[in-house]
Amino acid sequence: MVSFNLGEAIKKYTMVIALVVIIGIFYVGTHGTILLPQNINNLLSQNAYVFILATGMLMCILTGGNIDLSVGSVVCFVGGVGAVMMSKGLNVWVTVISMLIVGTLVGAWQAFWVAYINVPPFIATLAGMYAFRGLSNVVLNGYAVSISNKTYLNVFGGGADCYVPDFFGGNGINITCMAAGIAAVAIYVINSLRLRMSAAKKGYETTSAAAFYVKLVLISGVILFLSYKLAGYKGIPSSLIWIVIVVLSYHYFTTKTRMGRYLYAVGGNEKATQLSGINVKHVYFFAYTNMGFLTALAGILTVARAASAQPTYGQFYEMDAIGACFIGGASAYGGTGSVFGAIIGALLMGVINQGMSIMGVDANYQRVVKGLVLLVAVIFDVVSKREKK
Amino acid sequence: MGKILLEMKNITKEFPGVKALDNVNLKVEEGEIHALVGENGAGKSTLMNVLSGIYPYGTYTGDIVYNGDICKFQKIKDSEEKGIVIIHQELALIPYMSIGENMFLGNEKGTKSAIDWNMTFAEADKYLRIVGLSESSRTLVKDIGVGKQQLVEIAKALAKNAKLLILDEPTSSLNETDSKALLDLLLKFKKDGMTSIIISHKLNEVSYVADKITVIRDGSTIETLDKKTDDISEDRIIKGMVGREMTDRFPKRKNVKIGEVAMEVKDWTVCHPQFTERKVVDKVSMYVRKGEVVGIAGLMGAGRTELAMSIFGKAYGTNISGELKLDGKEVKLKNIKDAIKHKIAYVTEDRKGNGLVLSNSIKINTTLANLPELCTNHVIDQDAEYQVAEKYRDRLKTKCPTVEQNVGNLSGGNQQKVLLAKWMYANPDVLILDEPTRGIDVGAKYEIYCVINDLVAAGKSVVMISSELPEVLGMSDRIYVMNEGRMVGELSAAEASQASIMSCILKS
Repeated sequence: MVSFNLGEAIKKYTMVIALVVIIGIFYVGTHGTILLPQNINNLLSQNAYVFILATGMLMCILTGGNIDLSVGSVVCFVGGVGAVMMSKGLNVWVTVISMLIVGTLVGAWQAFWVAYINVPPFIATLAGMYAFRGLSNVVLNGYAVSISNKTYLNVFGGGADCYVPDFFGGNGINITCMAAGIAAVAIYVINSLRLRMSAAKKGYETTSAAAFYVKLVLISGVILFLSYKLAGYKGIPSSLIWIVIVVLSYHYFTTKTRMGRYLYAVGGNEKATQLSGINVKHVYFFAYTNMGFLTALAGILTVARAASAQPTYGQFYEMDAIGACFIGGASAYGGTGSVFGAIIGALLMGVINQGMSIMGVDANYQRVVKGLVLLVAVIFDVVSKREKK
Repeated sequence: MGKILLEMKNITKEFPGVKALDNVNLKVEEGEIHALVGENGAGKSTLMNVLSGIYPYGTYTGDIVYNGDICKFQKIKDSEEKGIVIIHQELALIPYMSIGENMFLGNEKGTKSAIDWNMTFAEADKYLRIVGLSESSRTLVKDIGVGKQQLVEIAKALAKNAKLLILDEPTSSLNETDSKALLDLLLKFKKDGMTSIIISHKLNEVSYVADKITVIRDGSTIETLDKKTDDISEDRIIKGMVGREMTDRFPKRKNVKIGEVAMEVKDWTVCHPQFTERKVVDKVSMYVRKGEVVGIAGLMGAGRTELAMSIFGKAYGTNISGELKLDGKEVKLKNIKDAIKHKIAYVTEDRKGNGLVLSNSIKINTTLANLPELCTNHVIDQDAEYQVAEKYRDRLKTKCPTVEQNVGNLSGGNQQKVLLAKWMYANPDVLILDEPTRGIDVGAKYEIYCVINDLVAAGKSVVMISSELPEVLGMSDRIYVMNEGRMVGELSAAEASQASIMSCILKS
């Protein structure tokens, strides 16, 4: 058993602590408005695209600080393709699957140049950024195309009814939402305890009991708090379902699977990875193709939320995603970072955005603050690594 | 006695865990050529890095007295201002820049706001003529040969107003004619009053140019030989270089049965990946039997690593030709994955650069080369992985609090053990170990030798590349000697000695 070390814990969870502190500041600054159920709901659904894109971007950044600049344009392109298909009366599921395929193909196109022809990712995706912005205009013919398909909007988080319906007909409080929160906590607690017990039985090292239970209680608390708040509004927004699916599956992917492991290895030491008999090109190809897939999903959610596709959608989305990853502790040189870290980074940016909007801070100053937060986070990362040596 | 230009007094330099220099003293007279000789890792380059300010003042102890003043160099620029210029073994020229641009890189001609290119190229041409090159300084560096590139390096040093020129293995990549030309150039500079320090392994060259020879061994100065008063024959220098006592530093192998030939290469030729006409490995033939440790001795740059890596699934080089047989059957290995599948492992000499993912844990590094073994449907069995890491940690006695520890925080010896564990877990039949004990302390070395003995006792074959002659002699059943890309000797354990290996190299 490792003894609990407060200094280490603070270092490891700096961004979580920063997030809590910032929420606290805005809570005071907005007289509590920021934690109203509706605002929490908005925070999650408004930033759905950042969560999804940041997850994909993290895979690219892990391979060595490589980024994908094209995601904003591709979000718009995929959204445009979908909107036009639906406006032509095509089946909604055919449309959704086509959008995912288009996004993945776009990803594979760029991944091919990056992985097999050695075009620097920055250039390959910069080219994509221009090209797909142009193609979005072509597809949409320069106009906004509205989306009226009810199923699509409900499932992907647009319009007034994009919530998981309350099966129990609660009055004033959404029972389904509350129940889902309680179930999630139960699964989480049971799973954690089970893993810890089996680790202890096999004589593996475990974290200190205090740290373990504190973490267990805190995370359960946050889940319950969120579900309580959301239940007080309209329940679980459907975009949240997609976020949870993506975050959990990619967390599993990065921590438990071979390809996930290789992403870290390539970013940590490409030469050593190659000399271990791993095809590094495949790893790059995977990272960028996967980015295309997740970009498509982000595109689906984006146009659903706006209930329309416009040629200007998705601008600077790539920067939001990149910023979230770096704030969340991903190394700009690759090899370190985690999905949850990127999500914390995305939340931090989202909270700052929303808090300042509620307080009525000028949009231009909001950008200044966002820029400074990103800078400080990366400085922190670089400096804390230097100390180790 | 002439005037002492440079004196280095009691220089001691420590790296984490290793004392690289221990009270080294060096006196260089004005206008002489002073040679620094010693085995690889003896501390010659470290000493020169201290002198040129690469290791800044304060990271070492002792004094550098140059021209009567005590110097406290913080960076290379400081020493260059005084006229001390070092030319490194690895050429530091940028291939896609012209000679002139390279020569004045960091030392640009012109005003603060603009580089005066005409002046740059004119000046560059002037220095090129001095070193005897007729090329225009507008030629790109990639378009001239290695020999000429070395001369450009010297011209670059002259352009910095060098008064004391330090050359680290200046001829290691040159052929005989180019080497001779370079040495004659140094003699010519000497006549003009230039002082030089030359580090070299080629003792015939040292005897040819040097006025004085300082021998460094294990980070200490052993002796300084003067051309005028002492015998400076090659044998005499070798004695100084290797004259250490051999105690029981190597564990004995008991009753290991040496079996059939496990791996054999014939007429193996490999070309440099960039300069494709240059043969780095030239018609090398060798074999290793089951249960046998075969050592490959040679100097740095002899082509041993290149040989090993090219066998290991073409991890190095172009235009690879020759025959590779495993267990008597010829095989063609397309890539590294293929090599691992055919049960060959190559444990790199550069554990930090090419071997380990420093930002990852011991566990992750241990399983990296053989992850599929632990996977079902691409999902890693983390339980089994942990146990594998624990098993090898026990077996190799790796000192670490937990296998979740990042490899970057381990000492060199323990990193080396993790690297070995990684390849042992890949379960190879033939292990090629490249400098398996470089830069690690004696205790860890002994433990690694024990592991090598265990491996051959289990019927594996080990090819050990090492620049430390005592290690090669102490561990090998048979020794190959390589020099300049060719096999220049094969010795049985009985007939091999430091002197016989050195003479194979020197007489090739």
